[in-house]
Amino acid sequence: MIVSFTVNGEERIANVSGPESLLTVLREELGLPGSKNACEQGECGSCAVVLDGAVVTSCLVMAADCEGSEVTTVEGIGSDRELHAVQQALLDHGAVQCGFCTPGFVVTAAHLFEENPHPSSDEIKEALSGNICRCTGYGAIARALEELAEGTA
Amino acid sequence: MEITRPTSLSEALDARAQDPGADLLAGGTDLMVEVNFGLAKPEHVIALRRIDEIGEVEDRRIGAGVTWARLEESDHRALAQLSRTVGSPQIRAAGTIGGNIGTASPAGDGLPWLAAVDAEIEVASQARGTRRLRWDEFFTGVKRNALEPDEVIVAAVLPERVPSNQHFAKIGQRSAMVISTVSAVVVRDDDGSVRVALGSVAPTPIRALAAEQLINENPQPTDEVLAEFARTVSAEVTPITDHRSTESYRRHAAGVLARRLLERCLAS
Repeated sequence: MIVSFTVNGEERIANVSGPESLLTVLREELGLPGSKNACEQGECGSCAVVLDGAVVTSCLVMAADCEGSEVTTVEGIGSDRELHAVQQALLDHGAVQCGFCTPGFVVTAAHLFEENPHPSSDEIKEALSGNICRCTGYGAIARALEELAEGTA
Repeated sequence: MEITRPTSLSEALDARAQDPGADLLAGGTDLMVEVNFGLAKPEHVIALRRIDEIGEVEDRRIGAGVTWARLEESDHRALAQLSRTVGSPQIRAAGTIGGNIGTASPAGDGLPWLAAVDAEIEVASQARGTRRLRWDEFFTGVKRNALEPDEVIVAAVLPERVPSNQHFAKIGQRSAMVISTVSAVVVRDDDGSVRVALGSVAPTPIRALAAEQLINENPQPTDEVLAEFARTVSAEVTPITDHRSTESYRRHAAGVLARRLLERCLAS
């Protein structure tokens, strides 16, 4: 079936044959491999996208159910010329190790800062509690985002 | 695969009537795990998230399509508490209480609360209209429930009085993003009577009726009564050993959790 939806502000059409996930369609049909495929059960957050205003794990979204939806992936955050403040903060703090989890952290944190420009340390940790970093690099990520929240990044 | 995306309950019931047994999709957080692991191959999916009429919280009704993210703000304290422990923020933004009810996992986080407040599950079909089942009529076994193939879960319906003194807790192998090893809800009414519900310790959510009776007879329990209460809860549950825990640990933890929650109620 044909599914039409908006991805990063552009109207996109995907040919969906079965119950495959939005993550699969983003990566394999739409040429958007920024969202990462790891656990396939919503536990790791590396596939996080914004779907109709909420951050969700795209591995648990059925692509066929995305007709008419609005999706923002990590490719839609910042630009080649200007990074999003969250991306810049992570860069400044060396808060990236292997980088596999980074897209999920960027999507989740960027959405947090849009909703709440000055989140507390607890709010940052809560918002990111569904994103797992297999390098255990949480300290630098938290520091980067805490400084961004305080406006000192 | 075929997908139907109804925007009203009657359209959804139409679709179920035409294809009884078609898979219902709410937040996707259960069904898609099965799809991703090759355990489910749905041929016809009825996607429910566009149906506004099941997405509202009204006075005594919690629409099946209400997400955990919204229930985190519930006025019912234990419901808000448990909603904050479901999965992760991303899961809570998608997953719904109706999905939890439909999946009917023994570890479903919302189910002990429904048991503790004596909720009813409202379901509807095109052929027979609406019916309500008590929670203990609805949950019939591990991932089994009384929903007929042409029905859709509409809402959880609460009794007229839900005591405000209520607490939830769960134990798991870590503190976030975890399926519970044991979960419990204790509700204490103004007259001192209590209701004690547990999850992950039986095929369905259960009430510890003998333990409730003990406290109803001793509404200001001494330490000895509290210890007896914990032992009674442990004796009433029927857990199994699996990859998440053992029968004996779950039995022990159920008593400890229930006592802890009762003490919180007594201190509230």
